[in-house]
Amino acid sequence: MSIANSIIRLLQQQAQEQHFKRVKHVWLQVGPLAMVEVESLRFCFTAACRGTLAEEAALDIISPEARARCQQCGEEQPVTSRFDACVHCGSYRLQLLQGDEMRVHELEVE
Amino acid sequence: MMCGVCGCGKDEVQVGSTNGHRHDEHQHKPHQTDDTRRLVQIEQDILSENAGYAVANRELFEQQALLALNLVSSPGSGKTSLLTATITRLSGQVPLAVIEGDQQTSRDAERIRAAGATALQINTGKGCHLDAHMIGHAMQQLPNLQGGLLFIENVGNLVCPAGFDLGEAHRVVILSVTEGDDKPLKYPDIFHHSDLLLINKIDLLPYVEFDLNACIDYARRINPDIEVIQLSARTGEGMESWVDWVNQRRQQRLQQRISALQAEAIRLESLL
Repeated sequence: MSIANSIIRLLQQQAQEQHFKRVKHVWLQVGPLAMVEVESLRFCFTAACRGTLAEEAALDIISPEARARCQQCGEEQPVTSRFDACVHCGSYRLQLLQGDEMRVHELEVE
Repeated sequence: MMCGVCGCGKDEVQVGSTNGHRHDEHQHKPHQTDDTRRLVQIEQDILSENAGYAVANRELFEQQALLALNLVSSPGSGKTSLLTATITRLSGQVPLAVIEGDQQTSRDAERIRAAGATALQINTGKGCHLDAHMIGHAMQQLPNLQGGLLFIENVGNLVCPAGFDLGEAHRVVILSVTEGDDKPLKYPDIFHHSDLLLINKIDLLPYVEFDLNACIDYARRINPDIEVIQLSARTGEGMESWVDWVNQRRQQRLQQRISALQAEAIRLESLL
């Protein structure tokens, strides 16, 4: 719920900076390793929108694939968790390149 | 950060005896009749608001040469006992304060005060973690801690505190041997974002099925650089290593501040 409220505050701030009155559509990017339950976020977002500039706004959540680069052998690969081993050399020294992001990507406003 | 699941709410946050400010007032706007729809690229991190407060806290800590440590763990790992044992060993040597985060009660803050340190309780109400904004407010209530130590005891929770930077210099995760040795795998994010793993209650190792080596191996799969100290806050075993770790980091923090001030003095002298 605090994440949904953060999104609304972010929309309110953007409304002042970018001069819009209402938000009709919100596109979020939430990576699979972002520690957030997407269905819960949808539910909370709807609740948080009530009585705000984003009332009844549509919500789309884009989930990019999680990818990491091995710091041992340099190979880039998809990953499914924070403790995957490198599929090429077996090292656990994988640096996440994408997949833990949680950001507001785009808005449709009026 | 699974606040969507556990029902985090900022409304009930209380810092010390004062009510937490509400920063989530909704704006009621009249319906706009014109039909000038447009797309706006935002690309903004949802936690950027917290990140902004964390940056401000970090600057404040640096200016005060204050070492701030964010202590995270599940409930019952012995965070408060560890802190009281730490305070006993450090009190009188350096300015020291503790910010206690709990959903309810000021019992932990009272335990810290009884051990001889300044303590400020933050009650998060329904909230499951401390955030950088609460810490900023707490700092306004604390005395001058220049060159000293600030321990932030986060709400007992291995999930949500992982996502919220408080502006600390280091995050310390505490795991006790009465928990499962596979906890790093179950709650990877908190271990990924921590610099030090304290394995507490090692005096109980003979009585529990806890594989110390497996636990450390799991933690290092998630975070190959994590440091590990084994200790028992109750018997004092290993406490010296932990206190040394803290003191070393505090010395480094002081040294960094001195270097920054010296560099600034040189810059100013060149303008004379």
